[in-house]
Amino acid sequence: MHYHWHWDVLLQQPYSTWLLDGFLVTIALSLIGWAIAMVLGTLVGAMRTASSPIMRAAGALYVRVFRNIPLLLQMFLWFFVLPEILPDAAGHFLKRDLPYPEFTTAALCLGCYTASRVAEIVRAGILSAGTGQRIAALASGMSTIQAYRYVLLPLAFRLTVPPLVSEFLSVFKNSSVALTIGVFELTNQANQIENYTFQGFEAYTAATVLYAAISFVCLRGTRLLSRHASVGGMISAGGAL
Amino acid sequence: MVAMETGNMTVPVITIENVDKWYGTTQVLSQCSTSINEGEVMVICGPSGSGKSTLLKCINGLERFQGGEISVQGERIGSSRTNLHRLRARVGMVFQSFELYPHLSILRNITLAPIKVAKRDRAEVEATAIALLRRVGLAGYEHQRPSQLSGGQQQRVAIVRALAMSPAVMLFDEPTSALDPEMTKEVLDVMTDLAGDGMTMVIVTHEMGFARRVGHRVLFMERGIIIEDTACQAFFDSPSSERARAFVAQVLQH
Amino acid sequence: MTGFSIGAFDWGPILHNLPALWAGMQLTLVLTFLAILGGFVLGTLLAIAQLSSVSIVARAATLYVSFFRSIPLILAVFWFYFLVPLLLGRPVGPFFSVLVGFVFFEGAYFAEIVRAGIQSVRRGQISAAYATGLTATQTLCYVVLPQAFRNMLPVLLTRSIVIFQDTSLAFVVSLTDFLTATSIVADRDGRPVELYLFAAAVYLTLSSIADLGVRWSQWKLAT
Repeated sequence: MHYHWHWDVLLQQPYSTWLLDGFLVTIALSLIGWAIAMVLGTLVGAMRTASSPIMRAAGALYVRVFRNIPLLLQMFLWFFVLPEILPDAAGHFLKRDLPYPEFTTAALCLGCYTASRVAEIVRAGILSAGTGQRIAALASGMSTIQAYRYVLLPLAFRLTVPPLVSEFLSVFKNSSVALTIGVFELTNQANQIENYTFQGFEAYTAATVLYAAISFVCLRGTRLLSRHASVGGMISAGGAL
Repeated sequence: MVAMETGNMTVPVITIENVDKWYGTTQVLSQCSTSINEGEVMVICGPSGSGKSTLLKCINGLERFQGGEISVQGERIGSSRTNLHRLRARVGMVFQSFELYPHLSILRNITLAPIKVAKRDRAEVEATAIALLRRVGLAGYEHQRPSQLSGGQQQRVAIVRALAMSPAVMLFDEPTSALDPEMTKEVLDVMTDLAGDGMTMVIVTHEMGFARRVGHRVLFMERGIIIEDTACQAFFDSPSSERARAFVAQVLQH
Repeated sequence: MTGFSIGAFDWGPILHNLPALWAGMQLTLVLTFLAILGGFVLGTLLAIAQLSSVSIVARAATLYVSFFRSIPLILAVFWFYFLVPLLLGRPVGPFFSVLVGFVFFEGAYFAEIVRAGIQSVRRGQISAAYATGLTATQTLCYVVLPQAFRNMLPVLLTRSIVIFQDTSLAFVVSLTDFLTATSIVADRDGRPVELYLFAAAVYLTLSSIADLGVRWSQWKLAT
């Protein structure tokens, strides 16, 4: 095997800065994407359990579309297609005036994609909370929105901590797809280092270690959260694999 | 009382000597000793948690024990030279939850072990299986799935599955505890028949009426200790220990 | 890039390039099939290893699974694209490197599915099998695995659909799968809108059909 090891490449400038920048971009992109996903996903998940068939169909449609198109293609659609099919003014804004266009687009795309998965988890959580909870809440005079806000959703979240954390970790991994539209996140930077120095082993190892660190933190978080969030007398809703 | 054919009831098939077992720091079996002779029907009874099922499962090595020794037909369970699989082929076991293989037909359930373990010829094994099914009143059920049978029917199939290996001794772990009274009778009838044919049986059960009719010896256990080990008649008519007296009185009220 | 208005959807570039797109789809399908097959076999071996009583084997398998589940697929693709030619000592086409990467990566995910499936089989089944004299291997083959596979079939199918979509990441090493072919054509003909929307429709249709398959298998299991 002809390979010259140069681990010090990682400590040299500009490569170490590239790595750090990439890491920070990954974190930022993932956190923003997750925030969008939680808000949107909770909404869609709640819609899927609504009593109105229109709401349920709309929610189901959202999930179907965003789960069955590969994330990479979704990135392309957001970045290349959306600006073209929007009315002129909006299209121009997206193409010229949007700050950090690649990053923003990637964040929105990641958020909407992850939202479809969060929606399924939330839906499973609401269903496993049981219809009795909903009836009890409504019977005590709450409106539907209040029932969701104060009873169903909090319960759903506490029951689905493991799959939610698993999805949270997935966001960090999926953020790497953003490299295809030019976002300089961690994997992209590692690849850049490989392109420039041919020290692929070192570069990819650095990225691997950083992703593993993120994963480790997430798993520790699961354990902590699970303990706080456990609801006595209820088995948590199964994790989506 | 059913008149019973007695085999040579002085040859020990199973000997249990000073068996001790711990789960972690809790001792679940304490210096258990007894022996079961050929053709004998031994009933193991006692309050819940007394270690009855555990002791039974030690006999065919499904549970391991830390102290003492158990021998089946002269072969020591604890010895590393003993081929446990071959030994188990000679010891049949029936479980409380039947444990038929849900993905296989009744016939396949019965013939799996004889074909794969005893390496017998398929046609011969299938013929034996069908004959046994007829004996327990389940002729014609060979190609159904376990899920299509009632609990009592499944347990009877489980007995046939164990018998298909021509075992020297049959172990029963609370075979009717999961059944309603009607199905319980179906299964107990089969077991009574089996005892009448001279099969050596060790039965953990709460069915004291059945035990009194069919059993030869009774082992009464509490908290992992064998409190009484006597002939069946003697146990039910005049148990020697205080604890056993209370148990018999309670149980025979039903 | 020419502007686009909704009334001017031009089927031309799509129809014109169908052969290239179909070639890409063929590669996608082959890659998907081989990745599922390889990943499943590897996953089953890993699952059995994880459940082994030999501590070193179990720990090694668990480490493998944890590792591949903590990195992005793209990074794994880069890793294998870089490593495979290096280890073999000669240049290797992107298809083989990507396939190896997929198999090793998906193997870890299949391992979790298979392991959960095996553990979903009642413990009593194993006791009953042992009680009739079956060896551990025989019990695994005739009693545990058949039941485990029936239980895990819907999840296996769901994972397979995910793999079908993941093959699109071949793009990052310029392996011409369906999506990469679409992007090449989109660039060359300057019509990203039509082509990407077409690609989306294709993926949606195929995934929906596969979804029906999953639902059928779930129904089959319940009966």
